[in-house]
Amino acid sequence: VTETHRAILAIWRVEQPRLITSLARMLRDVPLAEDLTQEALLAALEHWPAGIPEKPGAWLMATAKRKALDHLRRGKMLARKHALVAHELEQHEQAMPDLDSALDDDIGDEMLRLIFTACHPCLPRESRAALALRMICGLTTAEIARAFLLPEPTVAQRITRAKRTLSESGLAYETPRAPELSQRLSSVLEVVYLIFNEGYTAARGDELLRHELCDEALRMARALTAVAPHEAEAHGLLALMELNASRAAARTDAAGNPILLPDQDRTLWDQLQIRRGLQALTRADELGGMGGFYVPQAAIVACHARAASFADTNWPHIATLYAHLMTLSPSPVIELNRAVAVAMAEGAEAGLFIVDRLTQEPALKRYHLLFSVRGDLLQKLGRMDEARADFQAAAQLTANQCERDFLTRRASACITPPRHGNG
Amino acid sequence: MRVMYLVKSDHPAKPSPEFMEHMHKMAEREIKAGRMVDNGGLLPLSAGAHIRLMDGKLSLIDGPFVEAKEVVGGFAVFELRDKDEAIAMATEFMQLHKDHMPGWEGICEIRILATPPQNNPTACPQ
Repeated sequence: VTETHRAILAIWRVEQPRLITSLARMLRDVPLAEDLTQEALLAALEHWPAGIPEKPGAWLMATAKRKALDHLRRGKMLARKHALVAHELEQHEQAMPDLDSALDDDIGDEMLRLIFTACHPCLPRESRAALALRMICGLTTAEIARAFLLPEPTVAQRITRAKRTLSESGLAYETPRAPELSQRLSSVLEVVYLIFNEGYTAARGDELLRHELCDEALRMARALTAVAPHEAEAHGLLALMELNASRAAARTDAAGNPILLPDQDRTLWDQLQIRRGLQALTRADELGGMGGFYVPQAAIVACHARAASFADTNWPHIATLYAHLMTLSPSPVIELNRAVAVAMAEGAEAGLFIVDRLTQEPALKRYHLLFSVRGDLLQKLGRMDEARADFQAAAQLTANQCERDFLTRRASACITPPRHGNG
Repeated sequence: MRVMYLVKSDHPAKPSPEFMEHMHKMAEREIKAGRMVDNGGLLPLSAGAHIRLMDGKLSLIDGPFVEAKEVVGGFAVFELRDKDEAIAMATEFMQLHKDHMPGWEGICEIRILATPPQNNPTACPQ
C-alpha cells in the first residue's frame, strides 16, 4: 500500500504543474485551481490502489476538470464569472478527450501566472514561501511544516489565509506583463531565495529535508528563467543558488561541523552544478544584470567556483565586486566582506584598516563575524593577544554551538611564539 | 536527485511527427517546471568511433561496426525529488511511444547520476 501510495504521489507531482495551470485558466482562480487538484489527488489515492490507470495524467486531468465543473454548478463562484466560465467549461467538456492540447500551448503564460500569484507581494513572506512550495512544487502541508520546523496546523492556516486573501482581493488570476513583471519579480525572487536559504544556512533540522528545500528553490528558479527568459535577476538568482549549492557536500564534516571555504575539499564541489551556475551567470550578464541585486553576488561566488584553491582565487576582482555591491546597497556586512577580500588581495594590514573603521558601526556591535574576521587578521599580523580577545568575543556572541566551539579553539591557538636569539 | 534517462531499442525507427509533437510538449512542460536540465538524441555509432585498449595496445575502430543489438537513441537529464518521481516520468514518456509510435519496442533506462556524497548528520546542536 505504501509503495502504491508513493507512486501515486510521484505521478501527481509530475502532473501537478499542468493540472493546476489548466484549471487556473478555466476557473480564472489559481488558489481554487490548487484546491481542486488536491481533490483530484484524493480521488486518485482512493481509486488507484486497485490499479494505476494506463494514462494517469489524463485521468487526473479529467477528474480535476469534473470537480471544477461540479464546483461551478454548485454556484460557489460569482455570478458574473459563472456564466462566462461555465460556458467555456462545457465547451471544453464537449471537446474531450483532447481538451489539453490548447492549454499546452501557453503553459509558459500559465506557469508565470502561477508563480506570480503564489508570490504576490500583498502576502507576508512566510505565507508566500508556503504557498509557493505547495502550488508550484506540489509539496504537502505536512512536508512544508517539517521542512520549516513548524507545527502542521500553523502552515495549513497560513496557506488557507493566504488563499483567502488572494481570492478576496481579486488577485487570484492576474497576468503580470512587462514592465509590471520586472517590478513584481523581486517579490518572487525574494521568496525563492528565502526557501533556498532556509535549506542552505539554517544550522538546524533534518539535513535531508533542508537539502530538499534547496532543490525546490532551484527548480522554481529554473522554471522562472524558462518562462521569463529575459529577466536578468532571475538568471542571477539561479546562478547564485546553483553555485552555492554546488559546495553543499564540502561544507560540513561527518560530525556536522562547518568547514570554511579555505579548508573545503574542492574535489567535492559539484562540477556539473558549477557549470550550470556559470551558464546562468553569463546569461544574466548578457542581459545587463550587473546593476541588480543577485547578479554581482553570483559573480563573487563564481570567482570561488572557478578557483583551483583558496589562494588562487581572484581576490582583487572579488574586492571590486564587493565595492560595486556597496554602491548598489550600502551595508556594513557587505563592507566586512570587502575587507576580507581586500586582505586576501593586498594583505592583512589593508583589510584590518577597513575592519577597524567598521568597529564603530552600531549595527555590527554584536556581530560575531566582525570579531572573528578581525581576530583572523590580527592573528596573521602576529598580534596574538588582541586576536585571542577578538575570537573570545566572537565565541560569546554566536548562538551556534558548533561555531562557538570552533571560535574557542581558534582563540586558544593564538599564542605568542617564544622569541629566539637576541632580537 | 540527478537522473539520466537512456532510451534504447532493438528496432530503431524514425520517430513519427505525431510522436515528436507530443514529446516536444512534454519536454517544454518539464523545462518550464524546472525539472529537465538537458536532453538530446544520439546518432548511430557509425557516426562516432571506438578507441579500444586491449593487450596493452590502443586502437581506433572507426567502423564498420556490427551494431550492438540495442541502440541508444537519446538521453535526458532531470533533477527530481526521488526514484518514484523518476519512474513516473519515464512511464509517461514510454506511454507516449505506445500511443504515437505503433509497433515500436524498447526500454527507457533510469540511471541515477553520482554526485559528491553528502554528509548527513542530524545537524549540529544549537
